[in-house]
Amino acid sequence: MMIVTEQLKKVYGKEKIVAVDNVNLSVDKGEIFGLIGPDGAGKSSIFRMLTTLLIPDGGSATVNGFDIVKDYKKIRHCIGYMPGRFSLYQDLTIEENLQFFATVFNTTVSENYHLIKDIYCQIEPFKDRRAGKLSGGMKQKLALCCALIHKPEVLFLDEPTTGVDVVSRKEFWDMLKNLKQMGLTILVSTPYMNEAALCDRIALIQSGKILSVNTPEKLVNNYGETLYTVTGGNMYKLLNLLRSYEGTDSCFAFGNSLHLTLKYQTKKDTVVAYLQEEGFKDAAIQETIPGIEDCFIKLLKTN
Amino acid sequence: METVIYTKKLTKRFGNFIAANELSFEVSKGEIFGFLGANGAGKTTAMRMLCGLLMPSSGEANVAGFDVYTETEKIKQNIGYMSQKFSLYEDLTVAENIRFYAGIYGLSFAEIKMKTDELLTKLDMRSEAKKLVSQLPLGWKQKLAFSVSLVHDPKIVFLDEPTGGVDPVTRRQFWDLIYYAAGKGVTVFVTTHYMDEAEYCDRVSIMVDGVISALDSPGNLKKQMNAPDMEDVFYQLARKAKRSE
Ligand SMILES: Nc1ncnc2c1ncn2[C@@H]1O[C@H](COP(=O)(O)OP(=O)(O)OP(=O)(O)O)[C@@H](O)[C@H]1O
Ligand SMILES: [Mg+2]
Repeated sequence: MMIVTEQLKKVYGKEKIVAVDNVNLSVDKGEIFGLIGPDGAGKSSIFRMLTTLLIPDGGSATVNGFDIVKDYKKIRHCIGYMPGRFSLYQDLTIEENLQFFATVFNTTVSENYHLIKDIYCQIEPFKDRRAGKLSGGMKQKLALCCALIHKPEVLFLDEPTTGVDVVSRKEFWDMLKNLKQMGLTILVSTPYMNEAALCDRIALIQSGKILSVNTPEKLVNNYGETLYTVTGGNMYKLLNLLRSYEGTDSCFAFGNSLHLTLKYQTKKDTVVAYLQEEGFKDAAIQETIPGIEDCFIKLLKTN
Repeated sequence: METVIYTKKLTKRFGNFIAANELSFEVSKGEIFGFLGANGAGKTTAMRMLCGLLMPSSGEANVAGFDVYTETEKIKQNIGYMSQKFSLYEDLTVAENIRFYAGIYGLSFAEIKMKTDELLTKLDMRSEAKKLVSQLPLGWKQKLAFSVSLVHDPKIVFLDEPTGGVDPVTRRQFWDLIYYAAGKGVTVFVTTHYMDEAEYCDRVSIMVDGVISALDSPGNLKKQMNAPDMEDVFYQLARKAKRSE
């Protein structure tokens, strides 16, 4: 086990808001483990406790066998951490930022260049530009490189791909897979559900509590309802109509179609007929396989 | 169709580097216009020029009937802007933020009170009114920031990655707000890295290395490029990028 938490807890402020509520997790060596949950679920607080930046109010946790409170110095040497925002020196250049992080950990950029090459080469043409003048996604890429440059054993990535474009996100995850092959353990959070599907296991978290831990495949298999896609006509009008339809259980926009679940006893053909009656001549409804995003939406609806 | 944004060869250089290169396009009233592109393509740069916040190097642009060189104050009064970084005061409460922005735009005391009320109800945030913005989850902040950017009834609203990092459920609520505003005739100019959101726009442009390399409705772009979805369209275009090799 590379990361273990037992009844880990964090409480904030006078109002005693419980941000992390008795969380039990265990992450294997070489695993890519995803923390998935709505905004404000407590993911970042977990990250900050495990990276020893925040002291827990209850429970315990170890990273690489070290206790997060007693052995915090040892932990800091063997982990890389990419916080959601603001981890760079805005008035240093790309190259200076990277060198700075290498030096702090007694290593050099050239020693571990192979770890960051795939991503770093995209921003390298601008290496003399100050971090403050980079675009949002370029900053994310640099921050990842800085977290990796000392060859950590465990990587903590709190929404590393937020603001990163589609093409680079794919490269980013290819890179994470390579790092996994080299034996790195990765704890990652992401708001992109198609990235959640790339983790070995994911924990769904809400209001500080772990709701479930599963492989993406099992999570999807447990969806437990028939899911339909709806197409044909103005999507927004179609959405509003279906939301107010009595046989609808849930309906939401899903890229170029709508995703729909029906109440018990409502038949698909009845809905098609209804939509056509309402003027959606091309309306079509088809059964489809749910994804992680559907599971996430359902989970939030039921909790 | 009334044109509310017009640009011709709009360009921004930083030293020798051309961040936005001869952009020419038009956006109509009430349209939801998706402004897509890879990291560093020049979206934020272009948007800041259109908002009167950054002086162009050359070219023309007219926003809400005003010139981006000479009438920047008029532009600011007639548009709303949500920046890629955060645009609310973290150490003010929800209600204070609304009042503050309404005040800046010169709304009267009575109007401010009405707006605050209306907004809190619409966002279902009545019980959060006295909370500090710093205590809100990201998605709520973004919904609030969007509504605040509309507080002076602007003709156009510019949203720079408003849903970045926002969860799937809250993102959809955010888009409900966008549709609602567009339905009332507000023009929405929005950037995003979520390709499902690209499908929700009336038209999208895709920037590659400072240049607009495609501009059409999602349906037409998919057809032209023989692509199953906007993610594939983006892939096909962005792969040709030179800047980051
Ligand atoms: N003040 C500046 N000085 C120098 N270069 C700059 C400045 N502002 C922006 N740039 C550069 O211009 C390019 C375009 O940046 P911009 O922020 O417009 O990109 P973007 O399309 O918004 O990207 P992202 O999707 O990552 O937000 C980048 O290479 C950036 O580093
Ligand atoms: Mg930007």
